[in-house]
Amino acid sequence: MIISVASGKGGTGKTLVAASLALSLKDTYKVQLLDCDVEEPNDHIFIKPDITRSEAVSIPVPAIDEKKCTHCGKCAEVCAYNAIAVVAEHVLTFPELCHGCGACSYLCPEKAISEIPNTIGKIETGEADGIIFGHGMLSIGQPMAPPIIRKVKTLIDKERTVIIDSSPGTSCPVVEAIKGSDFCLLVTEPTPFGLNDLILAVETVRQLGVPFGVVLNRIGVGDSKTEEYCAKENIPILLTIPLDTEIARLYSRGIPLVEGMPDWKSKFRELFDNIKEIVDEGSRSLKR
Amino acid sequence: MKEVVVLSGKGGTGKTSIIGSVAVLSRKRVLADCDVDAADLHLLLDPSIEEKHEFRSGQVAVIDKDKCTQCGLCQELCRFDAIKDYTVDPISCEGCGFCSHICPADAIVMEECKAGDWFVSSTKHGPLVHARLGIAEENSGKLVALVRQQAKEIAKKKELNYIISDGPPGIGCPVISSLSGASLALVVTEPTLSGIHDLERVLGVCKHFGVPAMVCINKYDLNEENTASIREYCQKNGVDVVAMIPFDNEVTEAMVRGMTVVEHSDGRVAKEIKSLWQKIEQKLQG
Repeated sequence: MIISVASGKGGTGKTLVAASLALSLKDTYKVQLLDCDVEEPNDHIFIKPDITRSEAVSIPVPAIDEKKCTHCGKCAEVCAYNAIAVVAEHVLTFPELCHGCGACSYLCPEKAISEIPNTIGKIETGEADGIIFGHGMLSIGQPMAPPIIRKVKTLIDKERTVIIDSSPGTSCPVVEAIKGSDFCLLVTEPTPFGLNDLILAVETVRQLGVPFGVVLNRIGVGDSKTEEYCAKENIPILLTIPLDTEIARLYSRGIPLVEGMPDWKSKFRELFDNIKEIVDEGSRSLKR
Repeated sequence: MKEVVVLSGKGGTGKTSIIGSVAVLSRKRVLADCDVDAADLHLLLDPSIEEKHEFRSGQVAVIDKDKCTQCGLCQELCRFDAIKDYTVDPISCEGCGFCSHICPADAIVMEECKAGDWFVSSTKHGPLVHARLGIAEENSGKLVALVRQQAKEIAKKKELNYIISDGPPGIGCPVISSLSGASLALVVTEPTLSGIHDLERVLGVCKHFGVPAMVCINKYDLNEENTASIREYCQKNGVDVVAMIPFDNEVTEAMVRGMTVVEHSDGRVAKEIKSLWQKIEQKLQG
């Protein structure tokens, strides 16, 4: 089963939930934790894995053989991202704009374009006390997160309970992280910002057709509108976490909630059992 | 005209609450919400929308079933696994158009997508340019660029001094699009190990694009040891720490009332943000 952890608003507790869930399940299940927030990955700070392998992630970008090139301009014409320009007798390439689709090299009538790897980040894998761990890291100055997220997701081991931590927001990196999940946990807080962004996140997971539920963090701040919204929309609130300075302090020091306050383990196990029930119920009703 | 953008790397450190207050404190300014996939600034500023425009960007492949001979070439060549059973999954489609160029039956056309909306609104703190990216859409970077360009035009036309811009979390495409060419980045962080890790990365991006940065430590009293290491890190790297904001519920109370902290109270958070804006203004004028 693949469970992704997402949120519209940032800083609502995705990493806290993903890390605590993985640590609470590791004694009972085979667990894999994949951090797909490749712009700002943080799970490793809490899980402290022994990283045993690191691999560069690159996308194939065009390299022009000037001897073969006739400057016909076909490559620039087919490139949807303006990553190639043909000016007089020169071809200019802009690797940071290239999405690596391969159209230019395939369609060049002179076969003058080959592809060379352009490194945009890396993935690292390892283990932490029985949890198989993987994350991606976008290089500084590089814009495109989705190719790295796709690479992290190739690590998915379907034999395991897979927990995927996503970046905040609702755009392409989030979609890339969530799609293909059996369930998505949306972590939010009961504030106007939390609610506004939860509504956007709900629309996104609904569009992807992924079943979902809410974790409400920092109960005690804000107002009751998020709970009212969930009730009206029939969205299950699967776990609530109070606003507690001690929880915030543990987080600040990189200590997972379930290690600093072991009583929380049973709540995360319960959360998992509830998710499992929803997913099983969903697949039963599909078969009917 | 000077443009200040607030960034953070890590989400939820307080970007919008702080920049909302800066919007109130500054004069002769236009506001821009560049966090287009989870925009929140409007919740503090009570805008009335004066203009609404469609944002069209990017393309998606569409296969004409009548023309398709099911040769499978498109599926074989698509690097984004967006075509299965001779049907395009619009969410996976990257809009590159490769398939439309190579289809021997000419059965694939590229259609332009509506990728969101953008707005010009009036608020009692000046004009606001904001946007809403379509659900599960791409091209947030282009929409950010559009929001900034519109804000710039308004600033020019009305002879305003400042563009005050709320940026997105992360370090990728929308962040780069919000940052490049700005006068100053205000980076809001928090004294958590995650916050520090992400701060280092986002300061790296500012440096990469040659935009001077200043740091504000929010909720600094949550972990004073971490606050000290952030200050040390910043000092070593020649970045000024211009504010230390204590944790206080007045920030959320203000948000619940739909207003900025500096309007809601005259407490210690409000005082620190006022001094923050003074320092930024000095830096921009110096």
